[in-house]
Amino acid sequence: MADVLALDGTGRAALAGEELRELYRLMVAVRHLDESAIRWQRQGLIPGYAPQLGQEAAQVGSGYALDMSRDFVFPTYREMGVARTVGVDMVEYMSTHKATWHGGLYDPKASRFAPIQAVVGGSVLHAVGWAHGQTLDRTPAGELGVAITYFGDGASSQGDVHEAMNFAAVMKAPVVFFIQNNGWAISVPTERQVAGGSVAGRAAGYGMPSIQVDGNDVVAVTQATAAALAHARAGKGPAVVEAMTYRRGPHSTSDDPGRYRTLEEERTDGGEDPLARMRARLLADGIADEAFFDEALAAAKAEEEQIRAGINALGPRPGTEMFDFVYQEPTQALKAQASAWREESEHV
Amino acid sequence: MSMQQALNRALAEVMTENPRALILGEDVGQLGGVFRITDGLQKKFGEARVFDTPLAESGILGMSVGLAMAGYHPIPEVQFDGFAYPAVNQIICQVGRMNYRSRGKLPMPITLRVPSFGGIRAPEHHGESLEAMFAHVPGLKVVSPSGPNEAYHLLKYAATRQDPVIFMEPKSRYWQKGPVNTGADAAGYSPTGSRVVREGKHLTLVAWGAMVARCLQVAELAAEDGIEIEVLDLRWLKPIDAEGLAASVAKTRRAVVVHEAPRTSGLGAEVASIITERCFGTLKAPVERVTGFDVPYPSGDLEDEYIPNIDRILYGIQRVLEYRRG
Repeated sequence: MADVLALDGTGRAALAGEELRELYRLMVAVRHLDESAIRWQRQGLIPGYAPQLGQEAAQVGSGYALDMSRDFVFPTYREMGVARTVGVDMVEYMSTHKATWHGGLYDPKASRFAPIQAVVGGSVLHAVGWAHGQTLDRTPAGELGVAITYFGDGASSQGDVHEAMNFAAVMKAPVVFFIQNNGWAISVPTERQVAGGSVAGRAAGYGMPSIQVDGNDVVAVTQATAAALAHARAGKGPAVVEAMTYRRGPHSTSDDPGRYRTLEEERTDGGEDPLARMRARLLADGIADEAFFDEALAAAKAEEEQIRAGINALGPRPGTEMFDFVYQEPTQALKAQASAWREESEHV
Repeated sequence: MSMQQALNRALAEVMTENPRALILGEDVGQLGGVFRITDGLQKKFGEARVFDTPLAESGILGMSVGLAMAGYHPIPEVQFDGFAYPAVNQIICQVGRMNYRSRGKLPMPITLRVPSFGGIRAPEHHGESLEAMFAHVPGLKVVSPSGPNEAYHLLKYAATRQDPVIFMEPKSRYWQKGPVNTGADAAGYSPTGSRVVREGKHLTLVAWGAMVARCLQVAELAAEDGIEIEVLDLRWLKPIDAEGLAASVAKTRRAVVVHEAPRTSGLGAEVASIITERCFGTLKAPVERVTGFDVPYPSGDLEDEYIPNIDRILYGIQRVLEYRRG
């Protein structure tokens, strides 16, 4: 994986014990919530969900490296782990999967986490625009807010991703392109999706530095992301981090991976579980013990219970909201449609 | 002044009044745009606020979304209407929806300038009538000026909205001159709704963009035969000024809609439907349409056959005036 290592990832100080424990706690919380969300879908609490099983290290590690007082996250629809890590309200986040509101109920401005997005290449360009805005604001180099845009191997096929990388490089925009290469774009494997096999490999063509990192190693991901963020924050322009990971679950709760891969392939290709790996490391280094792991799991369970209760309590949105948020300055025609809707609905 | 000058002046004023306003697009900087609408603005406002982008329309619009999220008011230009197609994904999926998706937390104050419509014998994709496509998209607003004064006022208004506006400039009218009320003279001018540009009592011609001038010519000719035609410049294609439409047609009781775009599912159908809903009882004839055809915008040599000309509009008027109930 060393052929695209153009960023110096060693600059960041080694993570301290408490940071490593925090990374583990976050990964457990995310894993537990993710598995719960699948159960919720089976139980009928939510109509659908896009699992991120296996991507905990990539999501938690990258999210952990961010400075949420000035950075801004541009997700797609599979970034629950990032959202949890950077502190987005999880009930408001899950409201998307409850079909309560596209984009989630959380305030993207206050959360600094853009609305959930299904057109996966689209938000990559938004990150570039937002990042260019930071340079226009004349923030001094070294203090720039950085846009981090999450996308996958599938999204990297969309033209918008090329336009975004080219724009960002031309304009030296402080953007980190964070690719979770999880091996699958729904049913299509990376080799049928990404020519050349590496999204990070493309960075050279745009004159950007890149790192391809073991996406199942949460410490490596944190450090690679921190290096990329430092590069962008210093005003040196965009950088690419490609986290090589594996989508262990289905694309969504409606997907059937059995049609395109075997269980044996899942086991072999998925490699070592990122959680088990971190746990072994913490144990080996004497940073955590069984009591810590039990505690982390108990906290994750308590959190999940709270989130579940919150989702359960989410009522449907009032129908008027369908009309309320189309414009800042609604048109007469839309107001008339809202009144007609009210009249027709109440009439029945 | 010409419409080109009026637009240039409006942009300069918007940029002066709003330090968060930005102009971006292909060639908008040093060149001043292929139609020179942004001429001199980079010199005046600097390269940070008026900047050239790489040649990629989706990138221009996608970047504008991010800039709007960062609190700016982007005024992007796509060089020609046909080049808005590569940006349609961003325009529809992002520009038109971000306010909704974010429950009003991420407004999209983006004014997209699109040199529009035909009439300059340009090659393919350099003359298109996209208004119905844009007007159909929730979250967008669409406006088209018909002359220099309209251009000045409508652009100044559009570029100070908190919602995305597709600003369709009739490129065949860029060099036509007319009086423009700026500064103190502008007081009392309303940039919303439609505008009656010629009063008449026998029939209302509804048009927008370059077709307004043509309809005025037609009204002039018809007047020689004693037919008094009212010409309504619709101006806003979304939202359509239903009140203004109804008021004019209630008076004349007959209407013909004229547009360059293909006929099927064009805005003429929407206009006709609004008139029918509001004026059915008083109409003396069905609302007629004189439009382009359901063909790709033809090459320069056939443009005059495609774009409604004086004869076709007169013929449409005749059909309405001579209508007899079966």
